[in-house]
Amino acid sequence: MTVAPASGNDTAQSRPVPEGHVRLTIDGIEVDAPQGELVIRTAERLGIVIPRFCDHPLLDPAGACRQCLVEVEVNGKPMPKPAASCTTAVADGMVVRTQQTSQVADKAQQGVMELLLINHPLDCPICDKGGECPLQNQALKHGRGDSRFVDTKRTFPKPVSISSQILLDRERCVLCQRCTRFSKQIAGDPFIELLERGATQQIGTGEQQPFQSYFSGNTIQICPVGALTSAAYRFRSRPFDLVSTPGVCEHCSSGCSQRTDWRRGKVMRRLAGEDPEVNEEWNCDKGRFAFRYATASDRITRPMVRDADSGELRETSWTEALRKAADGLLNARDSRGVGVLPGGRLTREDAYAYGKFARVALGTNDIDHRARPHSNEELDFLGSSVVGTGPEDGVSYASLEAAPAVLCVAFEPEEESPIVFLRLRKAARDSGTRVFHLGQWDSPGVEKTTHIADSGSPIHSGGLLRCLPGGEAAALYELPSEVEQALGEPGSVLLLGERCSQVSGVYTAAMRLAERTGARIAWIPRRAGERGAVEAGTLPTLLPNGRPVSDSVVRSGIERAWGMSTGSLPSVPGRDIDGILAAAESGELSGLLVGGLDPADLPDPEQARRALRAAGFLVSLELRPTGVTEHADVVLPIAPTVEKSGTFLNWEGRPREFEITIEGTGAVPDCRVLDTLAVEMDVDLFTQTPQAVAAEIRRLGPNPGARPKPPDIPAEPVTEPSGDRALLASWRHLLDNGSMQHDEPNLAGTARPPVARVSHGTARRLGLEPHQPIRVSTERGTIALESEVVEIPDGVVWLPGNSGPAEVNEVLGVGHGAVVGIAAGTAPAPGTTPGQREPGGEELPAVAGNGHTSNGHGPPAHGSNGNGQAGIDGGGA
Amino acid sequence: MTEANAPDGTAREAAGSPLTPVLTRRWLSPESWSLRTYEQLEGYTALRTALSLHPDQLTELVKAAGLRGRGGAGFPSGVKWGFMPKDRSRPHYLVINADEGEPGTCKDVPLMMADPHSLLEGCVIAAYAMRANNCMIYVRGEALHCIRRLHHAVREAYEAGYLGENILDSGFDLDVVVHAGAGAYICGEETALLDSLEGKRGQPRLKPPFPAQAGLYSSPTTVNNVETIASVPHIVNGGSDWFRGMGREKSPGPKIFSLSGHVERPGQYEAPLGTTLRELLELAGGMKDGIPLKFWTPGGSSTPLFTADHLDVPLDFEGAAEAGSMLGTTALMIFNETVSVPWAVMKWTQFYEHESCGKCTPCREGCFWLAQVLERMVQGRGTEQDIDTLLDVCDNVLGRSFCALGDGAVSPITSGIKYFREEFLALCESNRGQDTTEEPALAGVAR
Ligand SMILES: Cc1cc2nc3c(=O)[nH]c(=O)nc-3n(C[C@H](O)[C@H](O)[C@H](O)COP(=O)(O)O)c2cc1C
Ligand code: SF4
Ligand code: SF4
Ligand code: SF4
Ligand code: FES
Repeated sequence: MTVAPASGNDTAQSRPVPEGHVRLTIDGIEVDAPQGELVIRTAERLGIVIPRFCDHPLLDPAGACRQCLVEVEVNGKPMPKPAASCTTAVADGMVVRTQQTSQVADKAQQGVMELLLINHPLDCPICDKGGECPLQNQALKHGRGDSRFVDTKRTFPKPVSISSQILLDRERCVLCQRCTRFSKQIAGDPFIELLERGATQQIGTGEQQPFQSYFSGNTIQICPVGALTSAAYRFRSRPFDLVSTPGVCEHCSSGCSQRTDWRRGKVMRRLAGEDPEVNEEWNCDKGRFAFRYATASDRITRPMVRDADSGELRETSWTEALRKAADGLLNARDSRGVGVLPGGRLTREDAYAYGKFARVALGTNDIDHRARPHSNEELDFLGSSVVGTGPEDGVSYASLEAAPAVLCVAFEPEEESPIVFLRLRKAARDSGTRVFHLGQWDSPGVEKTTHIADSGSPIHSGGLLRCLPGGEAAALYELPSEVEQALGEPGSVLLLGERCSQVSGVYTAAMRLAERTGARIAWIPRRAGERGAVEAGTLPTLLPNGRPVSDSVVRSGIERAWGMSTGSLPSVPGRDIDGILAAAESGELSGLLVGGLDPADLPDPEQARRALRAAGFLVSLELRPTGVTEHADVVLPIAPTVEKSGTFLNWEGRPREFEITIEGTGAVPDCRVLDTLAVEMDVDLFTQTPQAVAAEIRRLGPNPGARPKPPDIPAEPVTEPSGDRALLASWRHLLDNGSMQHDEPNLAGTARPPVARVSHGTARRLGLEPHQPIRVSTERGTIALESEVVEIPDGVVWLPGNSGPAEVNEVLGVGHGAVVGIAAGTAPAPGTTPGQREPGGEELPAVAGNGHTSNGHGPPAHGSNGNGQAGIDGGGA
Repeated sequence: MTEANAPDGTAREAAGSPLTPVLTRRWLSPESWSLRTYEQLEGYTALRTALSLHPDQLTELVKAAGLRGRGGAGFPSGVKWGFMPKDRSRPHYLVINADEGEPGTCKDVPLMMADPHSLLEGCVIAAYAMRANNCMIYVRGEALHCIRRLHHAVREAYEAGYLGENILDSGFDLDVVVHAGAGAYICGEETALLDSLEGKRGQPRLKPPFPAQAGLYSSPTTVNNVETIASVPHIVNGGSDWFRGMGREKSPGPKIFSLSGHVERPGQYEAPLGTTLRELLELAGGMKDGIPLKFWTPGGSSTPLFTADHLDVPLDFEGAAEAGSMLGTTALMIFNETVSVPWAVMKWTQFYEHESCGKCTPCREGCFWLAQVLERMVQGRGTEQDIDTLLDVCDNVLGRSFCALGDGAVSPITSGIKYFREEFLALCESNRGQDTTEEPALAGVAR
């Protein structure tokens, strides 16, 4: 690279140094840099790239590889030896000479490069990193052509598995410690460490302790060599054969930017994209590794209709399928109506098409995308406080980083929104944010956001506020004063998770708390499509962009925009998901239009299946067969995320647009299918392309009317059940039985083992031996799972929501906050899996629990004593 | 272990002898390690004086005395103490570096064996000066006997009220913890030592922050060598002028010189800084069996070699540096003409290869490479070109490593070749003309 003379060098003398900056010279170019900036970054801003391995802008500097050495003069005095530019902060009057202008720096860098290579294997032709390898690139650019090393290289057996996904090749490792620093500093999972010393130093894991982290894939991406590879991608392709397309992750509401690398129509791997405002440079292993569901062998590629004679689905043409679907839906509409269940995994554009289809083609507000536990209180909360907000005026990742205190309410960040988790850790580590959790036990995610182990002493901040499951709302009224005070500091934030919908009064309580303290509220749903769907209007009370169904002025505006006659939009709020299913089952509705949802996602899968079975006419838009498919009259295939374009809104409400990655597969997005279907029904939706939909959404603009009223639901007291009953606490693991993790065995191997958690007291009460299975039952069924004793309130049992045999909705038919029966299980015979699912019909004590408040009935109110007090665990400033 | 060769502990200065037994003067007394003996011989008198002074007066006293760190680098101790913050918003720590890993160095362990209370008294005074209520003594794990003795002395001192709460009614509290290391040379490097003390992998830390800002448990910390701290009670009792009366202007005071190798009476000789090897050899009875001196280290293997030409170099920080080496730990390893320089250099390099912590590339890979080349040379399979390679690799390690271990590792090689190139060449004689780089660079088997 040639060094351009500093522009306007003469005038520079007179230019004042900006506040908080220093003025230095790098390779003869004068530059102002913010105080504390590292020389390597300042140089980079000037276009001078200093070679490096251990340096990473998001990790604490290590100065380990010594590849970035430069010559430095301070106060006119040359430093006695070359300095690592990645650990040296700029100073006023500093003179830096990089490899471009200093022979000493150049020789030092060449020397380090040679030393890195003496023990490096000649693996390039078979190494996953070949073609995108910083070592290879820098060796070719700055290294010697020949080798002076004629002695014996260090060898290691290769590779070793450090988890079911990650393999480590110690010969290729340059010991830059990026992987270990990432795991320690960013993810908080220090399960890989440096072992041994000197030339035998190596990366490794503890004995019998694999690299357990939801973020392990990031280490592959930041490893500057091919030392870390994934079982899923290893030896699959060469980077120069791949096409890279930017995209957005479809797995959760974090909204990670990502890069999809594909070849000949097939996705080979996914990487974290860079977006400093959202995921920085990280993603979670689900986002990185779970993508083969889209090409599963059972993917539906042709439309299907149910054969009148055989009663079986048969493949057919689009023409026939659309005709049948249109006829059936028209009939059903004109009979008693059709309900629409679009699911929570859609893009905003696809969701919009469902919403418009429901209103325009089906004339109904019976639409609800919340294929999960839900409540009317939640509905009111979404309409009054969530819809229409965005990162500019609402809570954003940046506001988390700046918050003095964050309270997670019924929200498990590590499992439900991993990038929020990483940001909370960063906030706690770098900005001293105190992170509090209102929950039941000190889960790994709670631990890692409140006790930050690091170089130096660990940072303890925030803590867990323990309450009974279902007692979250009451607890919010009786927070320890220390927490209430912390939340009163300007900029503090409340994060409400999906589980809130299972606790009556919690949205109200959170809003009251926000009023008291000034803290702001953010809603963090689990699925990627939920936030966009709220905006798109796939709720029984909301039209697009937060317009309340019940507002006549707003309605007539939409009627005009959609070219409908005045008064043709249904004016009463529709049924919610439970209502729709109940109506379909009882025959009050004649048909259902169902998007990507599985009955097992619903709070009561059995009821859902009954409804699907009973529905007069059922149209399913799906990627792969689900519990819906077997009852559908018409099945229309739709495109997976990689084969379409669109926008996800992440939890912040930030639009995350993406283009088609894999073109030409013939798969079409939901909005296009619905558009064509509408045409068959003589209705024009104008939703043929996501672009058209996006334009329409933009044209509509924000809700011109008033926001709907916020919820006002009192907190329900909850008491600790005794004897053989317990309150169920439950949330999902990030890696679980989810259908979008299909066909990823290496990823599945890194999932957390499903165990049931109870307190010492409860274990004693049941006479549980360590690890002895516990049986958790309702009248519907029993889940038997290995038990683990943790600090959790007595009389509470925690189950993972959908892991292994613990399919809580499916087997128990209840959820978080419900009363369940508990009993000691029989110890498993050695060699068998720790847990098993048993069919229903289990005898159990009279239990009436249904923890879901989806019908607005509130949680089971057993007993009358308020239980709101929550103490802080592990807290302290 | 070497016993002190200093004369009986009573005379402050033996007439006509250059010896200045200060630190070593009690070593030959009966049960010198016991509190009783120590108290009989002025023990803990300096402490009483010190506790009556203001802490900052002590720092000033040490500055005035010109005491320089005895751990190798010679940093002025009073200045270092002055870096400690004056406020007590966070706990302060005093850490004693008793890891003594530098090859040839054997002064701290004998001192702690023979006179552990002098270290403890120094600890209390230094901790008081730096407002530290906790002191850790990090002892090399292999020195088990020494650790026991320290434990014993600490117990005695607690019982006598020299440690613990409200020491000698001064209101000052100090707890001392003796910590056994696990035998890694790098853990003598002060920041690696701190990590090790915290229970972490012992590898040097990035500086800044320096220990005085964020040391042990991220709190203000001073790390000092055993000999440095044991000198403090003497300075308190004797005064800075007395201390400056020994040694040289910039390197005042007495120093324990550890003589080992081919001398008649190896051992510890305490003499003023600036004493020459010629003078020390006289004290030690000269070269063993009269076989002439060939080469020696002035301060451990990390300090470049000296030869017979350097017999009159004044052994203080400046003198050693001006002559092209360093004072280091004043560990004088003395070799006669029977010893092959390449062989000795190979042995030392093997030590560094074994002890490199592995953190940084130059030292980790450089030592690995250098050791192999030297081993090959000593086996007679080296070439002249290897000598150039050695020197160039050394150049790529020196000043490029993360910590000073890498710098020390190349000292024996560069100085060995500088003074004894012909010996290296002679080893390569049989291979002259053979260009080893033509061999493929492919890996063979693991070593
Ligand atoms: C590789 C290495 C090993 C060291 N080993 C020791 C040691 O064993 N004992 C010691 O006192 N200082 C040792 N040092 C020096 C210490 O880092 C530090 O400078 C010293 O303890 C400071 O004490 P002083 O100021 O009293 O000399 C070592 C330094 C390096 C780089
Ligand atoms: S890590 Fe890079 S240099 Fe090493 S073998 Fe792989 S591609 Fe080649
Ligand atoms: S495995 Fe990769 S990231 Fe980890 S230390 Fe080795 S080279 Fe660095
Ligand atoms: S020079 Fe580097 S490898 Fe050697 S001991 Fe120091 S930090 Fe470790
Ligand atoms: S990049 Fe600077 S030392 Fe590694």
